[in-house]
Formats: sequence, C-alpha cells, structure tokens
Amino acid sequence: MPLSKDQLRRAYRQMKTIREFEERLHLEIATGDIAGFTHLYCGQEAVAVGVCEHLANDDFIVSTHRGHGHCIAKGCDVVGMMKEIYGRRDGLCKGKGGSMHIADVNVGMLGANGIVGAGAPLAVGAGVAARMDGAGKVSIAFSGDGACNQGTTFEAMNMAVVLKLPVIFVYENNHYSEHTGADYAVGSKDMTKRAAGFGMLARKADGCDFFAVYDLMTEVLQHCRSGAGPASVELDTERFFGHFEGDPQRYRGPGELERLRETRDCLKNFRATAKARKLIDLAELDAIDAQVMQLIESAVTQARAAPVPQAADVFEDVYVTY
Amino acid sequence: MPQMNMIQALNSAMDIMLTRDPSVVLMGEDIGYFGGVFRTTEGLQRKHGEHRVLDTPIAEGGIIAAAIGMGVNGLRPVAEIQFADYIYPGFDQIVSELARLRFRTAGDFFAPVTIRTPCGGGIRGGQTHSQSPEGIFTHVCGVKVAMPSNPYDAKGMLIASIEDDDPVLFFEPKRLYNGPFDGDPNKPAVPWSTHPKGEVPDGYYTVPLGKADIVRPGNDLTIVTYGTMTFVAAAAAAAMGLDAEVIDLRSMVPLDVDTICTSVKKTGRCVVAHEATRFSGFGAELVALIQEECFWNLEAPIQRVAGWDTPYPHAFEWEYFPGQARVTTALKAVMESA
Ligand SMILES: Cc1ncc(C[n+]2csc(CCOP(=O)(O)OP(=O)(O)O)c2C)c(N)n1
Ligand SMILES: [Mg+2]
Repeated sequence: MPLSKDQLRRAYRQMKTIREFEERLHLEIATGDIAGFTHLYCGQEAVAVGVCEHLANDDFIVSTHRGHGHCIAKGCDVVGMMKEIYGRRDGLCKGKGGSMHIADVNVGMLGANGIVGAGAPLAVGAGVAARMDGAGKVSIAFSGDGACNQGTTFEAMNMAVVLKLPVIFVYENNHYSEHTGADYAVGSKDMTKRAAGFGMLARKADGCDFFAVYDLMTEVLQHCRSGAGPASVELDTERFFGHFEGDPQRYRGPGELERLRETRDCLKNFRATAKARKLIDLAELDAIDAQVMQLIESAVTQARAAPVPQAADVFEDVYVTY
Repeated sequence: MPQMNMIQALNSAMDIMLTRDPSVVLMGEDIGYFGGVFRTTEGLQRKHGEHRVLDTPIAEGGIIAAAIGMGVNGLRPVAEIQFADYIYPGFDQIVSELARLRFRTAGDFFAPVTIRTPCGGGIRGGQTHSQSPEGIFTHVCGVKVAMPSNPYDAKGMLIASIEDDDPVLFFEPKRLYNGPFDGDPNKPAVPWSTHPKGEVPDGYYTVPLGKADIVRPGNDLTIVTYGTMTFVAAAAAAAMGLDAEVIDLRSMVPLDVDTICTSVKKTGRCVVAHEATRFSGFGAELVALIQEECFWNLEAPIQRVAGWDTPYPHAFEWEYFPGQARVTTALKAVMESA
C-alpha cells in the first residue's frame, strides 16, 4: 500500500529531526560543554525511520552506542534527549546515562548501549515478552556491522530461532566498526548469508533509501508478527561523521565523505523520489525543515538552561549496599 | 634520558618485547592497522608484521580465549581490551580457564597471557568508559593484577608482565596516560615531561610485580593507594601539610605486604584510597590485612577513600570521583582520632 501524505510527511520529519539533531550536536560538542563520547547517527536516518515508522508504541527496540536516531524514530522526546546528553537533571534518564544510554520504556525504546553486542540478546528477551499476549508485537535489535561479530549476537540469533521469537535483527552496515572495515572483520563478507545460516528469514536493502527500507520492513514484519519466527535485515548505509566526535577518520579514502554526502544522502534521496513519483509537494518538505530547525534550536536552548543534577541524586535508582 | 608519556612507554615496552622474543604476539580491536584508540600500539604492526600484531573483530570473549590458546601453545600473547569496561564478555575465560590452567594440570599447561586494558575515570567517559574493575580480578585466584601510575613503571612492569609465566591483568589508568593528575579537572593539564617518572630509558628494563613504591616517605600517616589516586592522595596530604608516607602498590596481586606493614607500624595511622567502588573493593582487603598485621600499632581506625557504590554517572563526574576533598576528610579523621 502506498504511503499516505501524512505518513510521508511524518517519515520525512523524523529523518530530518534526526539529521538536524546530530548536525547541531556536532557543533555543540565542539564547544566542550557536553561530557562523554558521542556517536552521531547522521547518514543512517532512513534505517531508523524506515523501520520504526512501522512500529507501535508497545513494540520494542533495543539500540546501540549510536542510538540518537533510534530514540527519535521510536518517539523519545527530543528535548528530553538533548537534556540527557547535556547531563541535565530533567533529562530522559536524569542525566545519569548520557548519549550512549538513552532509554524510554514508555515508548518501547529499551535503551542505547555503550557495550557493543549487548543489545541483541536483550532484544531476544523483549521478544519473549512481546509474544506473551499473542497480539503480534515485535522486538527489534539494531546492531552494526561490528557488533554482528560479537558472540552475544550469535547467541541471540540462535536463541531467537530456537524459541521462534518475533525478533528482527536489523544490521546497519555502515562499512566501518570504529576504524576497521566490515570487509575485514566480517569473515564471510556477507552478514545476510551468515544470518540465513542461523535458520531465519534474511534480507537486505539499500539503507540510504527510505522507501526501500520501508517496503522491505513491510514484508519482514508481516512474517514476524504472524508468528513465523525471527528475521534478519541488513541495510547498506553510511555514517557522515567520524566514529565518535573527534575521530580524525584517517581510514577514509580521499573525497570519500564528500562523495557520500553527495550520492548517499537519504534525505536528498527522499526528496528525489518524492519529486519523481510526484508523491508530495517539495514546498511542504521545506516547511517541515523550518519547523525542525526551530525544534532543535529550542531543545538546545532548553537543555543549556536546564538544572544540573545534585550530588545526592547519584544515590537514587540504585541499591546501595549500606 | 628520553622523556615519554605513558602511551609511549607502553609502546616502547611492546616494541622491545616483539623484537626480543619471537613468541610475543599482540592482538586486539583496532590495534594494528590503526594503532589503537589511545595510540598505544602505533607503528607496531608496520614494524613487526601482521602475524605479530593482529587486528581482531569485536569479540572480547574470543580475544581472551584465543590468547589463552596461544599461550598454552608456546606464544606470549598481549591482548588489548580497548576499555576495561569491555572486559566482561571475557570474564568466564579469565576465571574458568586462564586463572586455573596451571593449577588443574599440575603445571603441565600454563598460559603466559598479558591482558592490557585502560581503566578508571576522570575523562568524562560515563558508565561504560570509566570503570575500575581491578578488584574483581584480585578475587580470582591464579591471575596477577597490576596497575602502574607513571611512564617509568608502566614500561618496566609491562615487560615484567609479558615475561611472567603467570597470567597478568595489566590495568592502565587512562587519566594518567598524558600526565599526572591530582584530581582537580580545572587545573591545566601537566605533561609527563615535567615529572621525574616521565624519564624512561629507551632500552630493556623491568620493574618487578609485587614490589610497592614508596612515592614519598613520611611519618605522620601511611596512605596506601595505586593508579590515579596516588597523585590525588599525595596532593591532598601535601595541601594539609601532613608528612604522609605515600605507597603506590603498583601490583595488587602479588601484594607487597611487607612495605605496607612496615610503614603502618611506623606511622600508626593509615588511609586506603582507590577509585573503584568501596563495598567489597580491594581497599577492604587492604584494611583487613593491615588490622591483622598491625592492630597493636594502630592509633586510629583505618579510613577508606573510594568511588561511591553506584554505577559511574554521566553527569556530575567530579562529585562522584574520589577527589582531594574526599581524601582530606579521611586524612582528618585518621589524624584527629586519639
Ligand atoms: C564490548 C565492547 N567492545 C568494544 C567497544 C568499543 N566500540 C564502540 S563502538 C565500536 C564499533 C562498533 O561498530 P559497529 O557495530 O559497526 O557500529 P557503528 O559504530 O558503525 O555504528 C567499538 C569497537 C564497546 N563499546 N563495547
Ligand atoms: Mg559499523
């Protein structure tokens, strides 16, 4: 079924929100006011949004160290996220988690994660919970091309197949894990074939094309929601910034980033497709751009002004042993 | 004498051992082609080749397990776990295999594995890039646990660890990589080139595991510490004008009980300080040991300074970090007690 205008506007807005959130953070982090390591999702927006636009509030996702995009796509409050990254007391996790640990159970976002490979098995557990009421809920594990080599990820895939769970392993192949190429670290060079070897439905698509991701997910979700067991989806995508903010990116070829921004930008691709297929008036997208810029500006202003935690707050939300 | 920071000193240690001993092999994530996220292995793959310096996939359990297999089969692996916070996927391999091989085969097998890993806070790393898990490993019988606090010791101790036939967990306090740190993040960074322990010989030497360093002799009280807290605690004592004897343990297992007890018997007062959390931390072992050995010499209850018993938070790092203010409180308590 073709997407309605409302759906198109929403998807574009979500992608643009992620893009501007990250572009702005890139500038804010350079000021030194934000603590911690920050991994930006810029370039991969079509993956998070193409997947999450299919999900209901009570479907689960589990994210990675590069989690801002997944959070926004699943419906986390953008201002609350910005405050969390700034380490503010009324951030989504009271400033305790920071960029790499944003979570909001109320929207089914079970957490970004600083430990690579920790997410997939957590999603398996969420998959067991998702299946309990028989209503066709799913659990989604986002992982990178690096995380897919962790033992935990292999265990998770096998367990999901054995238990026939409604879990989808979404592999965002951005071709690098830190400074190592996926061609080197993924021994078989083919994550999809490897996932198929576990005995699950395994598909791939262009992760820089929102429509390709969305369409593939329509089919894969149908499979999983119907109780046919887990699936793996590999999405070929690009990250536009360094591994973390401050990464000199010496592993990139000359002109690589410029070329990627030119030819592999999912927002540009969305606009091109929208125009070619006459899906939506581009002026409408321009209006969304303006709204998003305002939202991000306001999020940063609010985050900067928000109160910082008190020392005593650290003892809350933890069992202290004496 | 050449000046080195801790990263250069560690690099030099590995370079020397790769050259001296053909069985030494380095392995880890991004350590070869890239040279390590902290640059500790920079240039070593280019110099010694891809069979001596291995880039692995992200697989800490696999890295540690493979290192054990290498060690059993005649190699001397030096595995890097990029941050100590990532070591837990390999925990089973350390506890169930690495630590016990020699014992359970009555000495037939041993695995001379060194696991290097940056630890500790003070770099705004939050909960998965700041932990100090060394105490956990001191509870595992069969592995040695070391943590240098300066470039000179780092190089000598790493060479000693690589040469050791027992497995060594080698923790590197990353806040000290580029210079000593007294706990005040607002002061300008001090490079190692201004510190005597930044003078590091180019060639081979060892600093033995199991020998503590009396960083500063003194008579008022004994501070037993290691890693980053060596500098924080010494600075706090100096600011109070105390004549403190500051002991940098350098290795927790084996532990230099003699140096600790000789000092406490002399001063009669003791503060134990580490960054790691307090409850069941290595400090608890130190306190128990000191009271067993030195009870009749003690003038005051021993005080502990440690990280709070919570995960390492993202915000308010400097409230959490056991800085000079917390050390000062402990020093006052032991000095003011009858
Ligand atoms: C257990 C563990 N090992 C290593 C790391 C360090 N690390 C953080 S991100 C990363 C690369 C992850 O690559 P990939 O899964 O492709 O995700 P991407 O960064 O490309 O989004 C590594 C090695 C970590 N955080 N946790
Ligand atoms: Mg990647």
